[in-house]
Amino acid sequence: MAVVELLLPSSPEHVRTARLVVVAAARRAGLGDATVDELRLAVGEACARAVGLHRAHAPEQRVAITVTDDPTGLAVAVTDAGPPAGPAVDDVAGGFVDDSGDGGDGAGDEVAPDLSLALLAGLVDDVEVGSADQGTGTTVTLRWPLPPRVPGGPPSTAAAPQ
Amino acid sequence: MDLSLSTRSESSPAGDRTVVVVGGEIDVYTAPKLREQLIDLVSSGQYHLVVDMEGVEFLDSTGLGVLVGGLKRVRAHEGSLRLVCTQERILKIFRITGLTKVFPIHSSVDEAVAATD
Repeated sequence: MAVVELLLPSSPEHVRTARLVVVAAARRAGLGDATVDELRLAVGEACARAVGLHRAHAPEQRVAITVTDDPTGLAVAVTDAGPPAGPAVDDVAGGFVDDSGDGGDGAGDEVAPDLSLALLAGLVDDVEVGSADQGTGTTVTLRWPLPPRVPGGPPSTAAAPQ
Repeated sequence: MDLSLSTRSESSPAGDRTVVVVGGEIDVYTAPKLREQLIDLVSSGQYHLVVDMEGVEFLDSTGLGVLVGGLKRVRAHEGSLRLVCTQERILKIFRITGLTKVFPIHSSVDEAVAATD
């Protein structure tokens, strides 16, 4: 069940908003501090990638972020309206940073969108990149297992011992 | 936390170095400020930079791109760009992307300032 759904304008300042909201949802779901840290980096990266694609291809459209949790884990899906998915996520070539620039006006600072996917694959064990529903764009889904509930932890639906 | 930037000069037997102290979040929103800072330094003739990232709480690929851009600019003037970072979560990002082979990464500003190629 989706616990949080966000639609963000494709402007860079809102990527931080997405990080804050998703981190809060992850903490509430019970992820540990180290995992939340990883999630913050990964969700920030996925949203930055989506915003970058929107600015280039679909500036009027919003980036959709959905956080879903069930007893097994937490999933964060970031859907963009950019071009269809490129190379596979695990295609981590060494050449994703353009080294051919002349040190000039800053245009050469951009890194390929594939760097984002490479970074995501390195940060998160369970990453899936698929086509979005309408045939354009991609959905990047990141999943983390939830730790088992500990005795004395938050109330669960299990019956209390007699 | 937003991005914070400050610069200072340090000297060592290796020569004069400009230390850029970066704090907070380097992301798709704040990275342009860091890019401007690096461009300004190179434009004013400071080609040996040490970027202290010990106060950085967040770094994404946009920030990596700005650092790579800075490296390209100083190299165009036979300069250097060294990073100071001991935070595992930030180092992990450099490792994943293979940039540990591109940037010299030091454990202290003193070490970076004293380093020679």
